[in-house]
Amino acid sequence: MKQLLQWGLVLLVVLGTSQLHAQEQAHVFEGAQIIPITGDPIENGVLVVQDGSIVAVGEAGDVRIPRNAVRVDAAGKVIMPGLVDTHSHIGEGDGGDGSSSLHPDVRIMDTIDPKSGTFRKAVSGGITAVNIMPGSGLLMSGQTVYVKPKPANTIEEMLIMVDEENNIYGGLKMANGTNPLRSNGTPGTRAKSAAMVREMFVKAQEYKQKIEDAEGDQEKMPSRDLQMETLVEVLEGKRIVHNHTHRHDDILTAIRLSEEFGYRLVLQHVSEGWRVADEIAEAGAQASIIALDSPGGKLEAINLLNINGRELERAGVDVAFHTDDPIVDSRFYLRSAALGVQEGMSRQRALEALTISGARMMDIEDRVGSLEPGKDADFIILSGDPFSVYTHVEQTWIEGEKVYDRSNPEDKEYATGGYEIFRAASHNHVHE
Amino acid sequence: MKYSAASVITAFIVAFSGMISVSEAQIAVKGETVYTMNGSAISDGVVLIDDGKIEEVGSASDISIPSGYDVHEAKVVTPGMIDAHSVVGLAGYYNQEHDQDQLETSNAVQPELRAIDSYNAREFLVTYLNNKGITTIHTGHGPGAVISGQTLIVKTTGDTVDESLIEPSKMLAMTLGSGIRRNFSSPGTRSKAVAVLRQELIKAKEYAEKRAAGEEQSRNLKTEVLADLLDGEITALVTAHTAHDIVTALRVQEEFGFGMVLDGAAEAYLVIDEIKEAGVPVIIHPPMIRPSGEAKNASMETAAVLVDAGIPVAFQSGYEGYVPKSRIARYEAAIAAANGLGFDGAMYALTMGAAEILGIADRVGSLEEGKDADVVLFDGDPFEYLTSVQAVIVNGEVTFTNE
Repeated sequence: MKQLLQWGLVLLVVLGTSQLHAQEQAHVFEGAQIIPITGDPIENGVLVVQDGSIVAVGEAGDVRIPRNAVRVDAAGKVIMPGLVDTHSHIGEGDGGDGSSSLHPDVRIMDTIDPKSGTFRKAVSGGITAVNIMPGSGLLMSGQTVYVKPKPANTIEEMLIMVDEENNIYGGLKMANGTNPLRSNGTPGTRAKSAAMVREMFVKAQEYKQKIEDAEGDQEKMPSRDLQMETLVEVLEGKRIVHNHTHRHDDILTAIRLSEEFGYRLVLQHVSEGWRVADEIAEAGAQASIIALDSPGGKLEAINLLNINGRELERAGVDVAFHTDDPIVDSRFYLRSAALGVQEGMSRQRALEALTISGARMMDIEDRVGSLEPGKDADFIILSGDPFSVYTHVEQTWIEGEKVYDRSNPEDKEYATGGYEIFRAASHNHVHE
Repeated sequence: MKYSAASVITAFIVAFSGMISVSEAQIAVKGETVYTMNGSAISDGVVLIDDGKIEEVGSASDISIPSGYDVHEAKVVTPGMIDAHSVVGLAGYYNQEHDQDQLETSNAVQPELRAIDSYNAREFLVTYLNNKGITTIHTGHGPGAVISGQTLIVKTTGDTVDESLIEPSKMLAMTLGSGIRRNFSSPGTRSKAVAVLRQELIKAKEYAEKRAAGEEQSRNLKTEVLADLLDGEITALVTAHTAHDIVTALRVQEEFGFGMVLDGAAEAYLVIDEIKEAGVPVIIHPPMIRPSGEAKNASMETAAVLVDAGIPVAFQSGYEGYVPKSRIARYEAAIAAANGLGFDGAMYALTMGAAEILGIADRVGSLEEGKDADVVLFDGDPFEYLTSVQAVIVNGEVTFTNE
């Protein structure tokens, strides 16, 4: 009897797994305009996905349709890659505390609620990969986490692994400007902020040197230090720094520090990026920007204008958008890029800025951000032009599984809002 | 463009208009589609403007443009748009102590606070809204107190409040719900707030009765305004988001019989019948409002649900305490348009519908002969993300062009 029960359990697990993940049968989406991002839009396109990956993308007639495939008529629709959000606070996680301003040891991954309704909200907005970050009230508020907002019981199931060997699935959140400043504490000034960060990286350089000097000899290795270990990953280019910054001089300070220590830098918000676009381009830093309906509300971001995308594009900066949800709700992410186009950004760069550019800023461009064979089957089906207000995200697919369907009333409520859909708790964002 | 030469000239003209008679610019606006909001849209329409007013509106085949008129052309032409509830002008874009006058927290009941005494016509956000096609705003004291003060209606042009003014004292901003206790130690509960409000209104009733009878009484600024409310001189703008707060607002309104407009109303869809029966219009929350706090149950479809039920609706930028410091009513209407309301319903609520709720439909809200020449020119559907404003005309003066 006991044995029977055990077998039953195994069977259940197997069945459950096959439903959740590998879909044996290929799915073919036909007739849509397909925007692969890395190639020209295809008017009468065919997308073939199987086992969680993209098998083929192309024009009708050019793509082999697998036998026994589930064929989906997508005529009149637009299919593009799932959106990549380079800066968000969904998942109700937290970060470093007020005991110090430097917390490279802290992982937001340990605090995220995989069942949070904010994930369902994100997929209703077409987001399929997201960099969830702790806040900007500290110089280093902790490690960020790259996730897919798919149904899961554990955060582990949602992780996007960047570097399996070194167990890296996120970046490091840093901030400069006014947010980390303390009126009666440390740091109290911008210069002190920079000095504290530099001091921390000097220590990390020494720690790294000790590891190298040990040449694999465990006896000679420095004792484990979680803060130092994370910063060594940053120094080695394995973990990307996501640096919250608004004012033009703060942007240049962030670049100056990254050049001194040689770490990879994604500038986050970059509100006055349009004032120093050429300097950002020259430094090779990447820029993740936000679009807002009006300037004002935050003194150091007073010059945040939606011409930022256009100006950074002109200078040749790799630029992505982000929501900073809840600052911009995840459901209006496509709209953010449209506002950039309205102010003169090119359509192509704006589409890239929602997808492949963001993927590059998270080191996940080999898996997501475009529709290409071999990549994850993360895509969205839109009712029309991605930049039209009248367009809705009709379906969102992650790794070959449909995770959102607007025709299902229960799903749709996450797109429109409604009674008791979102719980009151949301990321406390006074410092963003 | 911040303050244009035109607006400087306007100020000059206004300053000297008592001495010399100046004929204002004569403008002809040609539109591939002209939404007059008075009957159906006109294709290939013309709007003639003279002396700050609309002179004539009609089809290009019926109207010959007189010589000397400055001709502007656009794909789409609409009436100046109306933001039915804002705090812009009291709340400024720096968001520092010196430019935040939308909420005074020394007392939870201050109907005597006049918006006209703190409206900054030169606020950057006022110009910003103008350049987005918003030509009229109903603005003033914000939510967060039982009664936070009065509101006013202005055009988004002019260098002083007097130059901008349409109505100096339009509504009394009131709030029901848990928002009050963030700003005041008392009232600390919903029921206490309502008790405080009712007691003030009872006092005002006596004051109004004495006033009507011509009996002598010492002036009380606070009670005077509430008496005006009961006498129908001013309207209550009640911000209430949850269904039970909305129903409470209707209960108090029924008890005292004052004119009321519901504001916010995130859960209005739960009490549609009650709102309809009370005959109260709704200035709906921005459809893009963040789903948190009192508005956590907000839906982008509520504007459509209200309009379907026959309840008058207008759009607002609302109050933002952080970034963005102001929303744009046109952008908010666009989201409602895409979520069940449709283009026509959203355009109506943003123009004529708002003008009717605010009681200013004799001056603004549609392109009709004799009305203020407030006109917006677009290069496409005004609700589309990629559409740009080409020009804005207020009182017959071009206040913005994208050239």
